[in-house]
Amino acid sequence: MADAATPETLAHLLTEHADDVRSAWLEAAAHELYGRTSRGELEREQGEILDALLDGLRSGGVILSDAAFDQLRGILADVSSARARLGFTPRETAIGVFALKEGLYRLAAVTDADTDVTPLLRLVDQLGLFTFETFAAAREAIIAEQAEQLLELSTPVVKLWEGIVAVPLVGTLDSARTQVVMEKLLNTLVDTGSEHAIIDITGVPAVDTQVAQHLLKTVVAARLMGAECTISGIRPQIAQTIVALGIEFGDIRTRATLADALVDALRAGRDTRRTGLPA
Amino acid sequence: MTTTTPPTSTAERVPVRTDSDVVRVRQLVRTLAQQARLSLVDQTKLVTAASELARNTLVYGGGGEAEVELVTEGPRTGVRAVFSDDGPGIPDLDLALTDGWTSGSGLGLGLSGSRRLVQHFAIDTAPGAGTRVEIATWSR
Repeated sequence: MADAATPETLAHLLTEHADDVRSAWLEAAAHELYGRTSRGELEREQGEILDALLDGLRSGGVILSDAAFDQLRGILADVSSARARLGFTPRETAIGVFALKEGLYRLAAVTDADTDVTPLLRLVDQLGLFTFETFAAAREAIIAEQAEQLLELSTPVVKLWEGIVAVPLVGTLDSARTQVVMEKLLNTLVDTGSEHAIIDITGVPAVDTQVAQHLLKTVVAARLMGAECTISGIRPQIAQTIVALGIEFGDIRTRATLADALVDALRAGRDTRRTGLPA
Repeated sequence: MTTTTPPTSTAERVPVRTDSDVVRVRQLVRTLAQQARLSLVDQTKLVTAASELARNTLVYGGGGEAEVELVTEGPRTGVRAVFSDDGPGIPDLDLALTDGWTSGSGLGLGLSGSRRLVQHFAIDTAPGAGTRVEIATWSR
């Protein structure tokens, strides 16, 4: 068994047979990723990775966490997070790196027995793991981003009329979303100087005690700021469920449709203007 | 001429460990309630009861499991849901079933209200032995 080759020797060897390694690598990767990415794109990516790998080896890098491989890690992270965003599967992402082994087997076949290429193979394994890790991290980031976007997306506060704002709620109301709704509503009330807020629950599939409690708290908070709050969009089946469940909405104004609530709010606004003083 | 129809589908088990599991239980119950051709009101009531009980399992039972299935009995179809946990159990069931009483920070209507939302309601609990609640609603 030969002595373990130094990084420099490996770099030299790899440079010498670069074309062979490249073509075998490209062949293996292109076969797996057929239709997902173009050959030219793969070739460019692999060129970048190989160059960075060679640079790292020349600067004496042995394992992937060495400072010599900083650039390589950067490139890999970019490639795998780009793949995560494009919807590649974990397998498709990892194969691009593991296919490099095909190139290295070719290398092992053409070199004489006195150069041991196992350090390179080991390095490829580390590259693969690293790719996986960054891929997973990128996916997590995308999911977190989407959850956040959904939170924002589903809670717009719209101005219906001078002095009247509305929040059309859609989907499941959990604590996090209610918090967002409440904050947005209260801020909009201040920003627009509105006296009337309408919370429309047409898009809420079920009103259970938790949802009701969240709604009640929002209404009370709006009242504390001097705004009158109406809950609209109470469909027949929701009304019957609320009654059976025993939830008391107390003196909170509720209406069947958003239109009814708007008419109500406009009337209240007109009365206020006529007397010149808030009722 | 009455024949007993065997259950048409097997029960689906859903773990109840997080808030999103409560949503999943709710969606499953809604899907089955639609398959069982429950009226819109009965669907909504059953889904709401399932939501309450799943949340109880999560919050008071420390997590557990929901088992939902489509059941048939003669010409009627219905949906049965069982919520079970290995939590602390309920020491005073009468108190727990009183409107407005809560050991937590809710409205105190979840358990008592659920009973009024469904046609069949059975609860099995003892201090330290967990809680098992079974509900069912049939098509009319």
